[in-house]
Amino acid sequence: MSNSTQIGTEQMNTDQDNIVIRINQMHKWYGQFHVLKDINLDVTRGEKIVICGPSGSGKSTMIRCINRLEEHQKGDIIVDGTELTNDLKNIEAVRREVGMVFQHFNLFPHLTVLENCTLAPIWVRKTPRLEAEEIAMQYLERVKIPDQANKFPGQLSGGQQQRVAIARSLCMKPRIMLFDEPTSALDPEMIKEVLDVMIELASEGITMLCVTHEMGFAKTVADRVIFMDGGEIIEENVPQEFFDNPQHERTKLFLSQILNH
Amino acid sequence: MEKNNLSATGSTMKPDYVIGEHPDLPPPSNTIGPIAWIRDNLLSSPANIVMTILSIFFLYKILPPSLDWMFFDAAFVGEDRNACRAVADGACWAFISERFKLFTYGFYPIENRWRVDLSFVLLVIAVIPILFDKTPFRKYGLWFAMVFPFIAGWLLVGGFGLDPVPTEKFGGFMLTLVVGITGIAFSLPLGILLALGRQSNLPIIKVFCVSFIEFIRGVPLITLLFVASTMLSYFLPPGTNFDLLLRVLIMVTLFSAGYMAEVIRGGLQAIPKGQFEASDAMGLKYWPSMRLIVLPQALKISIPGIVNTFIGLYKDTTLVIIIGLLDPLGIGRASLSDTKWTGLSNEVYLFVALFFFVSCFAMSRYSLYLENKLQTEHRR
Repeated sequence: MSNSTQIGTEQMNTDQDNIVIRINQMHKWYGQFHVLKDINLDVTRGEKIVICGPSGSGKSTMIRCINRLEEHQKGDIIVDGTELTNDLKNIEAVRREVGMVFQHFNLFPHLTVLENCTLAPIWVRKTPRLEAEEIAMQYLERVKIPDQANKFPGQLSGGQQQRVAIARSLCMKPRIMLFDEPTSALDPEMIKEVLDVMIELASEGITMLCVTHEMGFAKTVADRVIFMDGGEIIEENVPQEFFDNPQHERTKLFLSQILNH
Repeated sequence: MEKNNLSATGSTMKPDYVIGEHPDLPPPSNTIGPIAWIRDNLLSSPANIVMTILSIFFLYKILPPSLDWMFFDAAFVGEDRNACRAVADGACWAFISERFKLFTYGFYPIENRWRVDLSFVLLVIAVIPILFDKTPFRKYGLWFAMVFPFIAGWLLVGGFGLDPVPTEKFGGFMLTLVVGITGIAFSLPLGILLALGRQSNLPIIKVFCVSFIEFIRGVPLITLLFVASTMLSYFLPPGTNFDLLLRVLIMVTLFSAGYMAEVIRGGLQAIPKGQFEASDAMGLKYWPSMRLIVLPQALKISIPGIVNTFIGLYKDTTLVIIIGLLDPLGIGRASLSDTKWTGLSNEVYLFVALFFFVSCFAMSRYSLYLENKLQTEHRR
């Protein structure tokens, strides 16, 4: 009896250690508008999660809460053991470990590709410039654009810019990567080059949360798919079950809308 | 029949190049070169032709007489106005050359004028590395530029081994440069701080910056110059004798800083929210994020407005005449009352105008150069 309890707690402890993001009964309001309602989500280390849902369902807002680009008003968010509060120290600590890729890339237009990639390592991590440049070139090679290092972002195509943005985040060696609709602003022929980079990244064991409508990507990469609507998590499941056997009416409706066109 | 037709069309339409490999051809000759330029820009429509003819007519009417007056019929040497008259009936530049030193140095003691000259040379050395980022040894140049104001202040005012020169003796171009450059150098950083403060989340800072900016913008510079003595003496221990020139410097700087802040705020608002989010998401703190990401972009956008403010400030330095300092305009007016040279106001004002025009035009061209240099967005 006592033996089994012990095993139980031990298992819970290892689970606890493996949880890198814990969102517990989190609510968020924009003024009077209740955007996120009772969000509960545990993400284990190395897990790939795809979040989908109709526009305005709060999926972007939710992942933006994870690095405090948005503030939540109720509940807890604990990222890698650090609770997100108003404490700037905590927020900065979390942001150092969490990389983010945006829909509109948000590269710095006045800096070259290489400078975009070395800026945070140099100024946040205090990496010496030469070392930072070396790391940046490694990541630019991984996203297959080392030859563009000295160009300005405005000289690159959308797909190239988004790959630079991914490299820029990776240069901080984050433990968690957040992707906020990374392919939504791209021309169709450029989506693949970005998804390829993301698939490769997923195979390397980094924790990924990805808001996207690319269901093919979800099927290939995700460990879990989360469906949100109206500010709530409606359904979550492994991709196979999620796509083949959706439980909730709204999920079925959503899937029928995006898959049958 | 129809088939025949089709094949006929087909043969006339047959291209003389391999489809998909059309060579690059030069543009038609009538669309490039000087003749095309004249046709496009001067003679493109009847109204345009009329305008061109009128312009040529006006230039013909105005240019030759002005050139005659300014150069060909002008007297460049002479003892007094009558001497000028005797030689030529155009401008009498002899007056200007006689007063040139006064225009340049004001009443600065003659035996110490080398200090002004030296300051000017050092000024040029300090400014070049700031303006051009390809200057050799730029790093040291920038360090020098940081200490230059103190060196120049010491050279001009004296003390510490140099004969002290009271600032009331300052005048002419030298005074304009002292006030203008001090104002420019200090109003930009102050304006940046005010603009950032205006967007601050801390209410005290925000309220202070907003009230300061609104106060400055709501009050004419002349009023500020007049009240400077009383206003500033509130903040200083009683009996402090506040130098007149220093008062002017402070007020001119504060005044343009208020305007500068609004110009820069415009630039800050043009920065997309995504830039702030990206730098936040990387964990950059407020000051690095402002210095490395936000301000370089905001200032770049604001260059025309910033230079506009600089030019305004530079020309506003002539207002010091009202509180008794003699800038070039003041010197000119004073010189006009000399009975030897009466009635030469055209020459004096043209000369002063030329001085201001050259300075301001240089600033304006530099701002264009800078805008082009910083253009990274769509450069391919």
